[in-house]
Amino acid sequence: MKRIVILILTLWGITSEVAAQDTFYTKGGKISFFSKAPLENIEANHSGVTCVMDKKTGLLQFSLLMKGFEFEKALMQEHFNENYVESDKYPKSTFRGQITNNGDVNYSSDGTYPAKVKGSLVIHGETREIETSGTIEVKNGKLMLKAEFPVLLSDYKISIPSINNDNVSNTIRITVNCSLELLKS
Amino acid sequence: MKRNLVWLLIICLLPYQIINAQDTDLLKLAGGDSVAKERVTMAFKSSRVINQHSMEFIAKGAMDFRILHRFGPINSGFENFYGLDEANFRFGFDFGIGKSLTVGIGRSNVNKEWDGFIKYRPVWQTVGGSPVSLVWVSGMTVNSTPWTQPDRKNYFSSRLGFYHELIIGRKFTQGVTLQMTPVFVHRNLVDSVINENDTWALGFGGRFKLTKRTAFVFDYHVILAGKQAGTYNPVSFGVDIETGGHVFQLHVSNATGMNEKAFLTNTTDDFWSGDIRFGFNLSRMFNIGKKKKAGDQ
Repeated sequence: MKRIVILILTLWGITSEVAAQDTFYTKGGKISFFSKAPLENIEANHSGVTCVMDKKTGLLQFSLLMKGFEFEKALMQEHFNENYVESDKYPKSTFRGQITNNGDVNYSSDGTYPAKVKGSLVIHGETREIETSGTIEVKNGKLMLKAEFPVLLSDYKISIPSINNDNVSNTIRITVNCSLELLKS
Repeated sequence: MKRNLVWLLIICLLPYQIINAQDTDLLKLAGGDSVAKERVTMAFKSSRVINQHSMEFIAKGAMDFRILHRFGPINSGFENFYGLDEANFRFGFDFGIGKSLTVGIGRSNVNKEWDGFIKYRPVWQTVGGSPVSLVWVSGMTVNSTPWTQPDRKNYFSSRLGFYHELIIGRKFTQGVTLQMTPVFVHRNLVDSVINENDTWALGFGGRFKLTKRTAFVFDYHVILAGKQAGTYNPVSFGVDIETGGHVFQLHVSNATGMNEKAFLTNTTDDFWSGDIRFGFNLSRMFNIGKKKKAGDQ
């Protein structure tokens, strides 16, 4: 009977320890987006992205506050928050997914590895499954995650009034650049 | 028996662990997103409700080019094309010097009047902080019409008027903003002994959003003391329409004045007896400050 108890405790122990040893994170990750339209290009940067990944399971999650995007023009920022993504109603955007080829990444040796990611992206309260590829750079115990992928505003029910069709593109290029370090709990 | 029990336990525990692993909210481990005290923005579409200053500011480094028109009375009939034949206008430039500091200058054709103002926000409405914004506006007007009696000794100071006001405003919800504004106007010279140099008024203004890009606005002042003889309380109702870089404010009002001194002391029509004028404010925003490279902190 004692053995069973020990076994159960060991099992519990293993599961709860996973997170502590293998979790990498940042709260200052960078995500930017770019819209190319006939009349103007719009670029915005966010440098306060929370990103957490578990190198053992390949789970990867992002979260950011929409109001943290900074634009070149104040008016663009205002319109972005007020008219397009409705930041007061939907303050956050998140991504919860998985590195599908996690086994191919050798986290114990420095180098750059291609990574495939799949998961659900939430923008403007709408959830869409996305799949993209990027790179994971392992360097001195840190992980650099990089990816670039397009999203369609129409997928996330963000509508462009016809009068602004030449100002805002429906296809937005998103660039992710996050440097993660070990989460010490 | 023991062995069976062990397997049973493992079988019971395993699915629980797997489910647990998939649902893991890793983000919680990092403590989630940090939200600093958030300042309430976008209380109004524009820096004016209709006539009066709103609690909103021009963004730092931006310039607002404003063209204002007030037409003649709508009840002047078809002959005057319902007032459109007659146009009073003001054009002006407002500059965003800082996040809470705007200055502006303008000129109206009524009385050939120049006006300038400084607008400062000592208290900013914040989520979890102050429930209201407090905004101070001080302005000055210079009448540049030729002297009516050029033969007598005229002083430049006679051309001047001043106004000071405190805007107490709150954005209640995404769609509703209200503000109250005690205003003091001083005119160095008034046209008759029965009129006082000092006028006190209390202004009310509000915005009710209709859609993401349009809103209903109202603007009203009660003259409390020092009312110029033959004038009425200025009342305006309007619609704000935003189209990218422009904001159109279409409205009906009994006021022709387009600065505080003018509409508080020179509104000679009675809104409630039908002397209403159509008017619009057109605002176009330009970026003139150093271009802040997106991403620079």
